[in-house]
Amino acid sequence: MAEEPLVRWDWIGRNWPEILELVADNVVMALVPVVVGLLVALPLGLAGARWRWFYQPAVGVMNVVYSLPSLAVFIVLIPITGLATRTTVMVPLVFYAMAVLIPAVVDGLASVPDHVRQSAVAMGFTPLRRLLAVELPIAVPVVLAGLRVATVSSVSLVSVGALVGRGGLGYLFIDGWQRQFPTPIVVGIVLVVLLAGAADLLLVLAQRWLTPWASARTAARSGRRGAA
Amino acid sequence: MGRLWQGGRAPAGDQGLRMITFDDVTKRYPDGTVAVDGLSLQAPSGEITVFVGPSGCGKTTSLRMINRMIDATGGRILLDGVDVRTIDPPTLRRGIGYVIQQAGLFPHRKIVDNVATVPYLLGWDRRKARARAMELLERVGLDPKLAGRYPFQLSGGQQQRVGVARALAADPPVLLMDEPFSAVDPIVRASLQDELLRLQAELNKTIVFVTHDIDEAIKLGDRVAVLRVGGRLAQLAAPAELLADPADDFVREFLGRDRGIRRLSFIPGDGLRLRTDLTVPASAEAASARGTAEPWLVVVDADGRPLGWVAREDLPDSGTLAGVPAAPYGAFVRGRDSLRSALDAALLSPSGNAVAVDGSGRVEGVVTRQELDAALARAAEGARG
Ligand SMILES: Nc1ncnc2c1ncn2[C@@H]1O[C@H](COP(=O)(O)OP(=O)(O)OP(=O)(O)O)[C@@H](O)[C@H]1O
Ligand SMILES: [Mg+2]
Repeated sequence: MAEEPLVRWDWIGRNWPEILELVADNVVMALVPVVVGLLVALPLGLAGARWRWFYQPAVGVMNVVYSLPSLAVFIVLIPITGLATRTTVMVPLVFYAMAVLIPAVVDGLASVPDHVRQSAVAMGFTPLRRLLAVELPIAVPVVLAGLRVATVSSVSLVSVGALVGRGGLGYLFIDGWQRQFPTPIVVGIVLVVLLAGAADLLLVLAQRWLTPWASARTAARSGRRGAA
Repeated sequence: MGRLWQGGRAPAGDQGLRMITFDDVTKRYPDGTVAVDGLSLQAPSGEITVFVGPSGCGKTTSLRMINRMIDATGGRILLDGVDVRTIDPPTLRRGIGYVIQQAGLFPHRKIVDNVATVPYLLGWDRRKARARAMELLERVGLDPKLAGRYPFQLSGGQQQRVGVARALAADPPVLLMDEPFSAVDPIVRASLQDELLRLQAELNKTIVFVTHDIDEAIKLGDRVAVLRVGGRLAQLAAPAELLADPADDFVREFLGRDRGIRRLSFIPGDGLRLRTDLTVPASAEAASARGTAEPWLVVVDADGRPLGWVAREDLPDSGTLAGVPAAPYGAFVRGRDSLRSALDAALLSPSGNAVAVDGSGRVEGVVTRQELDAALARAAEGARG
């Protein structure tokens, strides 16, 4: 029996269109939840920064959500959102993104130095204008750091969805495993890493462009890491 | 409502405007702390009123009640007779410049936009606001090249100047300053203080300045309000009067050491009598100078500028005074410097006499030790504390 090579290049060549489709699927399923998560995390984070009594319970709930095994959540959702649908995979990812982004928004707002906030008040900013023109822009580096964590983990979490029939590049892992054929597994791993790296790079560039004022020190701060 | 006192510079002569009045003002925080207790005083328009006192005596609280960052729980604060509580806070604040210790610059905005903050809030056209900001940067002594930088690229002293420029941007008649110079080193602090006095001479703002440093208070204040812990006014007086006549032991102790000497800074030196017969030109014959009865003479050059002191007994028999080594001298500018400078000049001269010069450095005469003695005695009579 001939030794099976780690990568069969001809397989990649033949299946390229399908692989690209999986990449696109992975991108959509990873990014939509992050965007939705950010849109939800902004008001909740603002509320958390404003009312401390709200913040602790919100973070508690989010931490519990974060600790749930993703596979279990997918399975619970199947009766509601269907087997092998994008929605089934994306709903839990929204919550994972929120779990990272709500604290990031709260921390970001907390990173506004008190003397800066005070001087904005003293110069006659109305509360809304102060929030939009002073506090949120200053929170951007910390929020973006959280966004990087959320994005990278979302890209890799999508593949777990393959176990319920819709996992973007995760499909390649299942396929390779079932057929005892390493090429798709290697391709899948490489592409997931490349995708996550590309997304992260884009966010770093966005950060440079959006916040040229942030010294290296503040930009390096980041939220939590990890995946469920 | 805010119209009256907001906006343009005070026209010459309207001294009655832009005065701040504390009328029996009290602040009790929700936890029961009484930070300010029955404070009544006036900060006259066009003057620097300094609040000074130990930590926790209610200086910041008093200051912030003026622009309503904190609302008083008792009494009233009036701006030109208008109770600040009848003015909507953002409107009120846009007409009052505010400078704090850490400058409080917006880290995400370039220097020029930081300075233009209040003009933007007031809805000025962007170009006009920026032009105004550039003008102010220059006014506070900053290189216009810094305009495009972000705050973190500036030194502490530069940031503080930007803070002052920003507070002045919309030309508010009132300026509140809360320990604005206490976070910078002593040399920078001194130059920022001088800069403020220079600006104030041009702008004539009504300034309330908070500090815990009595020397700063005495240097900057037209009037100094000494507060004691619990937010009670211990004394309100001009610096010279404060030094001469402290109201009680608390104020006396707070004023610290060398009060008598420091007070001399506020007594003008132009009343000192001059002797003009102790001055000799360098071209004079040494032999003839030896003929005078005076033990010490000031030698001046052809322009009338001092070269130094010569002692009669050291003079040679021949030649001019130009060939005689002169001892160092101390001089003060009559008509500008204080009695303290005159005394200092005397102490720097081996003769014990002070050389008085005019604004361009030419000798006007000599103030003798005896004359200084008499002036010090007159000064001492003025002191009652
Ligand atoms: N928000 C607050 N709640 C309760 N007490 C307060 C509050 N702010 C200030 N105080 C108290 O009021 C008193 C006066 O405080 P304030 O900040 O006006 O003092 P200060 O003279 O400016 O002191 P420092 O020189 O240290 O700045 C202090 O005893 C302080 O602890
Ligand atoms: Mg204070």
